[in-house]
Amino acid sequence: MVNMAGSGHPGGSLSSTDFLTALFFYELNHDPKKWTREGKGLDMFFLSAGHLTPVYYSILARSGYFPIQELAEFRKLGSRLQGHPSVERGLPGIHIASGSLGQGLSVAGGAAIAKRLNADKNFVYVLIGDGESEEGQIWEAALFAAQKKLDHLIVMTDWNGQQIDGPVSSILNLGDLDAKWRAFGWDCLVVDGHNMEAILNSFKWAKAGVGNGKPKMLLMKTEMGKGVDFMQGTNQWHGKAPNNEQTDRALSQLKETLGDF
Amino acid sequence: MNEIFTNTGNKDTRSGFGAGLLEAGRKNPDIMALCADLTGSLKMDEFAKEFPDRFIQCGIAEANMIGTAAGLALSGKIPFAGSFANFLTGRVYDQVRQSVAYSDTNVKLCASHAGITLGEDGATHQIMEDIGLMRMLPNLTVINSCDYNQTKAATIAMADYPGPVYLRFGRPSVPNFTPADQKFEIGKALRMIEGKDVTIFATGHLVWESIVAAQELEKIGISVELINIHTIKPLDIKTVIESVAKTGAVVCAEEHLIAGGMGELVSGLLARKLPSPVEFVAVDDMFGQSGLPSELLKEYRLDSGSIVEAVKRVIVRK
Repeated sequence: MVNMAGSGHPGGSLSSTDFLTALFFYELNHDPKKWTREGKGLDMFFLSAGHLTPVYYSILARSGYFPIQELAEFRKLGSRLQGHPSVERGLPGIHIASGSLGQGLSVAGGAAIAKRLNADKNFVYVLIGDGESEEGQIWEAALFAAQKKLDHLIVMTDWNGQQIDGPVSSILNLGDLDAKWRAFGWDCLVVDGHNMEAILNSFKWAKAGVGNGKPKMLLMKTEMGKGVDFMQGTNQWHGKAPNNEQTDRALSQLKETLGDF
Repeated sequence: MNEIFTNTGNKDTRSGFGAGLLEAGRKNPDIMALCADLTGSLKMDEFAKEFPDRFIQCGIAEANMIGTAAGLALSGKIPFAGSFANFLTGRVYDQVRQSVAYSDTNVKLCASHAGITLGEDGATHQIMEDIGLMRMLPNLTVINSCDYNQTKAATIAMADYPGPVYLRFGRPSVPNFTPADQKFEIGKALRMIEGKDVTIFATGHLVWESIVAAQELEKIGISVELINIHTIKPLDIKTVIESVAKTGAVVCAEEHLIAGGMGELVSGLLARKLPSPVEFVAVDDMFGQSGLPSELLKEYRLDSGSIVEAVKRVIVRK
């Protein structure tokens, strides 16, 4: 996809692929046929880190939200698959535009309150990036979710330690994220974000905490570019498309891949 | 001039918003209110008291408040998010842009203390750029009501209007003169006075200043047509063009900077459709300062006397 578009964000998409796949194919109460933007009667998922469209669109298509062939339209003129998620052209699976970082957690908080008011027992999930957590609005939303006791809000941080300009620790160090989220009044769990069993257990753990009044944070320890040797563990592939040769090399390394589309 | 306007007593437009919110909330259980530690200033107290489950105190965290409102809206609620105009526009511009306007979420942005006449707090709390900022955003409707009654009616009207809206009102007590039972029609400009020599397009409480100016001008034989542009976006193009085709001269009056204001919007339309001389009663490229509202209106030349002068200037350019 990214190769065909000639631009996009493979690094963070690969680091979040394992746990997003686990969420959509094993955990999320969703149904592409019943999906509405309002999200009533189903779990809702918000991609706050909007640049992770390569993995997100890929998962949505393979879940049946739209034809897999449409992935070829990614980032093209007139496409529903905008570079960052958009609702303007009505792509199923997208509740709100994201891309300018830090906003999705707040939106999810509003959706979680609406679910509570509607006596809808489903969950609201959010994916944020660790680099994204440098935005002040994330911490406004963190205070808010704890204050309003949104214990059916389950947030995943793709803790890959990288951002555009380099390692997070050398740009604007987030330090001990576990301690920070706990200090903000959240239940927090550090998870091996590439271990399927650990990921699935973490969702069970989060759901088991419903009723305790605390929002849930799953800190998914991951590697940027996971699964492709020349992309892994570096910030160099945050927002860069592989050429044809690199794409072939990458796909050959991912044995479980469905092949590209 | 046959029209007679009676000031039934000065009132703050923010109280019109509070009364409208309460009335709309009683009719529609989906209506919610959000505030960022300014409940009393926004006159949301009664709504909060009557509907505690539908009132969300967000604390001093406006960016999160906008996102929360967007999340509620896409879930089918009708959130009215309130703060001072300054903190609901420039401070959260990107949040309004992405989560409200671009995402077309049914959020009602309710901006009190707009303009310069919030007074003594000074320029950090005043804002004269908000109309420009908000009208640049696609999908967003922009309303600036003129008195207590019209602000109440506008609040009720936008509850039933699908899509994001920015409603601008203020802190000072200003004349209340529109009929209490007048229905508010979004996008339809109101001709307040019929005249033939000049058209004054006014918005907000400068509509009243314009009425006073029109009465003065009548004494010296100048017939003023006064149009209340309560909806700045979408602009009522037909009404604007019809009036200027008749009068051939224009004054635009607003408590805002010239840059980005209603006057520039009207001028841009006229430049394309019907080139005509225009004068602005607005503030030219500067910040405000502390002072009484009445002092500030005089100091920044936004009072009825300044409107009279602007009309005299434009008439000779016809």
